Amino acid sequence: MTADMVRQLEPLVPALRRYARALMRDRSDADDLVQDCLERAIGRWYQRRNEEDPRAWMFTILHNLAMTRLRRQVQRPAHVSIEDVDEASLSCTAPQEDRLRYRDLLSALTELPEEQRTVLLLVTVEDLSYADAAQVLDIPIGTIMSRLSRARERLTRLMSADLRPDAPRLHLRSIK
Amino acid sequence: MSSRPITEDDLNAFVDGRLDVPRRKEVIAYLEAHPDVAQRIALYTEQRDMLRTALQPIAEEPIPPELDVSRMIWERRRPRTMPRWAGVAAAVALMIIGGAGGWILRGLDQPSSATVQSLAREAAASYFAYAPDLVRPVEIRADDSKTLAAWTAKRVGRPIAIPDLAASGYHFMGGRVVPTDYGPAALFMYDNDRGTRLVILARPIEAAQELPMSPVRQGGVNGFAWVGNGLGYSIVGPVQAEALRDIADDARRQVGTHA
Repeated sequence: MTADMVRQLEPLVPALRRYARALMRDRSDADDLVQDCLERAIGRWYQRRNEEDPRAWMFTILHNLAMTRLRRQVQRPAHVSIEDVDEASLSCTAPQEDRLRYRDLLSALTELPEEQRTVLLLVTVEDLSYADAAQVLDIPIGTIMSRLSRARERLTRLMSADLRPDAPRLHLRSIK
Repeated sequence: MSSRPITEDDLNAFVDGRLDVPRRKEVIAYLEAHPDVAQRIALYTEQRDMLRTALQPIAEEPIPPELDVSRMIWERRRPRTMPRWAGVAAAVALMIIGGAGGWILRGLDQPSSATVQSLAREAAASYFAYAPDLVRPVEIRADDSKTLAAWTAKRVGRPIAIPDLAASGYHFMGGRVVPTDYGPAALFMYDNDRGTRLVILARPIEAAQELPMSPVRQGGVNGFAWVGNGLGYSIVGPVQAEALRDIADDARRQVGTHA
């Protein structure tokens, strides 16, 4: 039975780390989050609903722990502001010529409202079905769809603003 | 041909590869007829691929030993030693935080809303200090609740019953003693199977034996506080007010009979 728990949880760890890192940005914060999530899951393994897909369940726990933690950071802001976000702690090993675009994309991602960023990450990067994403975020599927739509629209706008050589991003944001 | 009109949801599902084959064909036909929309959808698709590529290396990093599932399961079975430093450091941090907002109401522990406000503020400060703590949210875990009960009784000066919130889906995680302006208090933490955490703080109230339950909102989280049998309680968490009220009522019923 322990073997079963290991077999089901272990393959999820890379994706949980990726989602946590994209939300928290800081590597060690993100891994702390995943560790806490795994400990919760191990402690609750036999209490979860029968045959429930552990993937959606794990993302639910991870997401709620992340929100608890981010709420705390809003209360007492961290030292790092969004403008200084360290893309190196997100990972990016693209070819040289693409690096800049990837960096712009990740930095545009941090400018999305959290509710849009989480939906976009769960659906596009983590490949959760719309129904699973709705379960993780505890919102109706219709809300998932509208947030997804707004996230894509906004990210596209942010990226096209970045394409202009010296696009005044701060200025742009203050206009919206 | 009379097909259903193409919706924005269809377009997003197309980007995510989540349409069935017939609908997918209809969307492709639509995009061929509408180059401006097609261009936008091409951008979305590219954006999706880029996001996946940009974040993929994180998932390929070797897993650090702290996240080794087999090892975590194994370590859980060994008795844990209590690191004193973690608790002391957190207590010092809490005193600093609590000191900032707490001193204003010092000496106002009267049988009034000030008591309730003060209880709520203490519980919220503890919530924000410990609920986000990923390494050690509680100092003594639920499986050792006898030790916890003995410790809190000794420090707070009287036994404090630990409410069982399992009926509301919240499981007891454990607790600790926390400082307040009025002396040590017991702090109990709970979480549900979605990972949502809430805390209950309890300490003796000299100025009142009974105070009705009142809603209190602190720093974006909901809370309820009351006094019963000379013990003040406050429950705080990111839970909707009505739901939290039911949980608080349940807790109050339990401690009322235990006291």
